[in-house]
Amino acid sequence: MKETKQLVVSAIQNGTVIDHVPARNLFKVIQILGLDHIENQITFGTNLESKKLGKKAIIKISDRFFEDDDINRIALVAPQAKLNIIRDYEVVEKKVVEVPDQITGIAKCMNPKCITNFENVVTRFRVVSKKNVALKCHYCEKITNQENLQIK
Amino acid sequence: MKNRSLVSIDDFSKDEIIRILDRAAEFEAQPVQKLLEGKVIATLFFEPSTRTRLSFESAINRLGGKIVGFADSASSSVTKGETLHDTIRMVNSYCDLIVMRHPYEGSARYASEIASVPVINAGDGANQHPTQTLLDLYSIRKTQGTLDNLNIFMVGDLKYGRTVHSLLMAMARWNTTFNFISPEELRMPDEFKLYLDSSGLKYYEHLDFSEIISKADIIYMTRVQRERFSDPIEYEKVKNVYVLRNAMLGNTKPTMKILHPLPRVNEIHTDVDSNPKAYYFEQALNGVFTRQAILCNLLGIN
Repeated sequence: MKETKQLVVSAIQNGTVIDHVPARNLFKVIQILGLDHIENQITFGTNLESKKLGKKAIIKISDRFFEDDDINRIALVAPQAKLNIIRDYEVVEKKVVEVPDQITGIAKCMNPKCITNFENVVTRFRVVSKKNVALKCHYCEKITNQENLQIK
Repeated sequence: MKNRSLVSIDDFSKDEIIRILDRAAEFEAQPVQKLLEGKVIATLFFEPSTRTRLSFESAINRLGGKIVGFADSASSSVTKGETLHDTIRMVNSYCDLIVMRHPYEGSARYASEIASVPVINAGDGANQHPTQTLLDLYSIRKTQGTLDNLNIFMVGDLKYGRTVHSLLMAMARWNTTFNFISPEELRMPDEFKLYLDSSGLKYYEHLDFSEIISKADIIYMTRVQRERFSDPIEYEKVKNVYVLRNAMLGNTKPTMKILHPLPRVNEIHTDVDSNPKAYYFEQALNGVFTRQAILCNLLGIN
């Protein structure tokens, strides 16, 4: 039987498509990229079938293009995300996200005695492992790993 | 250039550590040098620590500096709800250097980023206490004549002991062999053993004082605290295993010294105190010289 590919979320003319977002982290991606505060047209679908992720989400943002530094911020919650840059309904560029060496202001330190959990401090981490993400807090020097990772 | 702070022992290179130890030796020979005349040093103890505070204040006084500050947060504006950020901003304009102890981990790094004057971390929760490490290094070098190729025994609570972790990280820069003696529940955490593996250094783990105590150059004792055990029966079983007694020191090297960050409870029997190998009280005195050297180093005074 022939496999047909159906577009669940309608195509955009210009903008960015973020695909292969784990469904459970869709809203974290929205939060990290600040998509809840912009005026652009955004469509998203979630709990879509995915061979790789089980359930995936996809986000399409019209007339918005991201710098690599911005987009890499979502690597913590969507390490396998793929970006398609769309111009005039055509994919003109594909990108993958990369876990950056430093993470600023996204993650929460898991150490309950860390100063960043008491005062209004922008968190900073050095990424000590990218595969199984492990973050070393710039302040308390404790490690926060993937299982304990929370987005601020 | 931004002022230099001492937050973590890793902030200083091996050469800088040696420079501070050399300078501390000069202060030991001549403790009263009025190098901080006209300077104001803030000692902010958000959590009480009599020993560390007195040591710093003694060092500052011998250098002729003046002190402002508080000994516990009950007598500071913290009780009114002031943030650490605001306290540091305010104190920063009153002084030339800040010495700070605070219960939250990472607080000293944060303070050093807010302040324009140097910050010395006098302990941030269970994280770092670098001036203790430097005085430990000073005591080791003074008694052994070197920091190279020593055999260091660490005894007691190696899991939560901040001082042994910092000392380990510092001594790993010299070719040190480590012996860890602790109960099962309080073993040296893996991250430190991995660090030694990656540095190519040897270490051995023991559950009690073994025969090889005769190989020790330094025995570094720490307190085994009841509250660290999930099972109180475990504590009762081990509490006497990690007590050092004079009778155990017979076969040890004549140059061996016993260190302890103090306060001790019962882990070193008082019958050890009169043994010339007991060094923990001199170690505390060395803290004053080392802190004099650190204060001058950070203020750029030679």
